[in-house]
Amino acid sequence: MHLLVCGGTGCRAAESSLILESLKRELEEKGLGNEVQVIMTGCFGFCEKGPVVKVMPDNTFYVQVKPEDAAVIVAEHVIKGRPVQRLLYVDPKSKEHVPDSKHMGFYRKQIRIALRNCGFINPENIDEYIAREGYAALGKCISELTPADVIDSIKKSGLRGRGGAGFPTGLKWEIASKNKADQKYVVCNADEGDPGAFMDRSVLEGDPHSILEAMAICGYAIGASKGLIYIRAEYPLAIQRLKIALGQAREYGLLGKNIFGSDFSFDIELRYGAGAFVCGEETALIHSMEGMRGEPTNKPPFPAESGFLGKPSNVNNVETFASVPVIISKGWEWFSSIGTEKSKGTKVFALAGKINNVGLIEVPMGTTLREIIFEIGGGIKNGKKFKAVQTGGPSGGCLTEKHLDTPIDFDNLVAAGSMMGSGGMIVMDEDDCMVSIAKFFLEFTVEESCGKCAPCRIGNKRLHELLTHITKGNGTMADLDRLKNMCNVIKDTSLCGLGQTSPNPVLSTLNNFMDEYVAHVTEKRCPAGSCRELMKYSIIVDKCVGCTACARGCPVNAISGERKGPHFIDQEKCIKCGACFEKCKFGAVLIN
Amino acid sequence: MSSIKIELRQEDLNKIHEICDSFNNEPLELINVLHRTQEHFGYLPAEVQEAIADKLNISTAQVYGVVTFYSFFTMTPKGKHPISICMGTACYVRGAEKVLDEFKKELALQVGQTTPDGKFSLSSLRCVGACGLAPVVLVGDKTYGRVAPDDVKAILKEYE
Ligand SMILES: Cc1cc2nc3c(=O)[nH]c(=O)nc-3n(C[C@H](O)[C@H](O)[C@H](O)COP(=O)(O)O)c2cc1C
Ligand code: SF4
Ligand code: SF4
Ligand code: FES
Ligand code: FES
Repeated sequence: MHLLVCGGTGCRAAESSLILESLKRELEEKGLGNEVQVIMTGCFGFCEKGPVVKVMPDNTFYVQVKPEDAAVIVAEHVIKGRPVQRLLYVDPKSKEHVPDSKHMGFYRKQIRIALRNCGFINPENIDEYIAREGYAALGKCISELTPADVIDSIKKSGLRGRGGAGFPTGLKWEIASKNKADQKYVVCNADEGDPGAFMDRSVLEGDPHSILEAMAICGYAIGASKGLIYIRAEYPLAIQRLKIALGQAREYGLLGKNIFGSDFSFDIELRYGAGAFVCGEETALIHSMEGMRGEPTNKPPFPAESGFLGKPSNVNNVETFASVPVIISKGWEWFSSIGTEKSKGTKVFALAGKINNVGLIEVPMGTTLREIIFEIGGGIKNGKKFKAVQTGGPSGGCLTEKHLDTPIDFDNLVAAGSMMGSGGMIVMDEDDCMVSIAKFFLEFTVEESCGKCAPCRIGNKRLHELLTHITKGNGTMADLDRLKNMCNVIKDTSLCGLGQTSPNPVLSTLNNFMDEYVAHVTEKRCPAGSCRELMKYSIIVDKCVGCTACARGCPVNAISGERKGPHFIDQEKCIKCGACFEKCKFGAVLIN
Repeated sequence: MSSIKIELRQEDLNKIHEICDSFNNEPLELINVLHRTQEHFGYLPAEVQEAIADKLNISTAQVYGVVTFYSFFTMTPKGKHPISICMGTACYVRGAEKVLDEFKKELALQVGQTTPDGKFSLSSLRCVGACGLAPVVLVGDKTYGRVAPDDVKAILKEYE
């Protein structure tokens, strides 16, 4: 028997390490320290109900576990074999306790390829990775396949880059393999900049060896002996686990000179990012690895021709790499049987926002939004109404009710006016103002624009100003046209992918929620009731008892009225601070 | 460059040289050098940047250019208890802005500032990977999840 304790970021933040200690202590006390292993794993995906503890092999899934629950888990489940009912997940519909993870709605529709080992193995122990066929794919490549065979398998599998653009991975490898040079590099892009996505981090924290193995396979295929992982300094746990994994892989001879006794040598170094979103763009990333400001440069030349230190470099995303070893070991036929015609395999999404089951999910390409949001995600929080989902982060757009049944893949998302991006999926409900959401993303872009080219540096700032203007009730219909024109200019004239995609959140909300923009500019009203400056406070005469609480609380003396008589708000003076609303005990202050 | 003027002591200088040496004084390693130096000093004041530039034999402008480009590097010391509010998308839609406003109000600070007594500093960051707990606030190494504006006072109290 094994006890798996989630060591993902979410669960660690909720002190899962204390649970681990308590479980160990309890087992020790009962003399079971040697028989039952307690392992800290990577994220299980069901972060909403963390901290999570799983009992293997029966897959019992305990949620919201507290350190003091360790005693009952050991006494009841481990010793007497009786699962602890009160810690089981309760299905929100049937209200029944769900005995194991296989029967949870959250997991039923998922297929785990990139996340295959996350939440199953101890990421700090290479033997557990090897026990699940780890490094077998690398062995197969080196001993049975030529580099051309490897590239051919990846091409036929239909794998496309998970870092955003969806470029065919096999083709990229082929280009890099054909460029002749004395030194080539395999680069793993672990910069994960989308501010609402954490899949790459979870793979690195939960299954670091799969990335090392895949990079070595890539090195074998393209003829590179050096790998570089560019990882954000903000991910200390992932860095620590990568370092441990690198040490173990070298010790086992799976990295270094003459791997598996062949003449193939490959080793990997870590490079650290320092908090700049644009460094996720591959040319900027390469400059950053060279110790410079991470500013993008024009493509071509592509990194595959001239990358790190001017040498051919193959850049792939973490999740892309994570799929590679299984494609080799299970065969491209298997991988390409999953997904849609032009998007094969699965995609990991970070499901977040106004949804019941926030977490990390992996579904076959072609799954619909409806399945993701209402089946896996368990629907909208607090029974509110679904409004939109933002995919592709600051480069993407929003999808609405009418897209709920669209099968999700690279091409359908683009056709719907959004994009796959890295897989952030933020669900919004009726209380979210779409103008504010667009403004939020623009704020991000303005902060992150590297400033090299004018359309992005200045244009996005203007866009942000206009949006701020509108959310304050100062916009006009002409501003909406100006907004659209500016978006198109920025898209067409920016140098890199950041500027070329930054207007997308604005364009897509304009397309789907024009009525909301119009309400802001013509009626000076925010339909979602979220723009503070557009709120109007008034006092309902019938409900006001004249207690004067509101008038005393108002910082600008905007409220007048006699004691025991009805009070009034002077709209000219009101600064919409909301103090009166909080002060009134009789519900007489109305917001709209 | 920065408003803070400090005098580098010989031991500080030695430390900087030691860090640069450990990367073979290789300009390609500038970002790694800066990471290690900031780990040691807590921030990267102008004088430290000059010393690094000297040692790596590159211009101070190049070092300054890199330091100011990356938001992870800072030229002002952080507070004893650095407070970071996650402003990632998931936290934003679950009300992070109101939490940030409350911290600003309680501490009378803007983002990027430190209280005069050096106790608290305020910053925002993007997705810490705990979206399930949104909105998320970090104080030093401690993570607070599902923070409501009303919780802010109690959180600050823990550090008094
Ligand atoms: C502004 C910008 C940010 C990007 N950020 C990332 C990122 O965080 N992670 C990533 O893997 N790719 C990112 N990309 C995409 C990379 O440039 C590159 O296409 C990708 O790493 C290639 O790997 P793939 O083919 O496996 O997707 C970004 C692109 C742009 C334009
Ligand atoms: S588009 Fe923006 S981020 Fe890209 S090079 Fe231009 S200024 Fe820099
Ligand atoms: S919202 Fe604020 S400013 Fe306006 S009337 Fe109420 S207390 Fe006064
Ligand atoms: S962090 Fe524990 S389930 Fe995701
Ligand atoms: S957006 Fe705040 S933790 Fe992810």
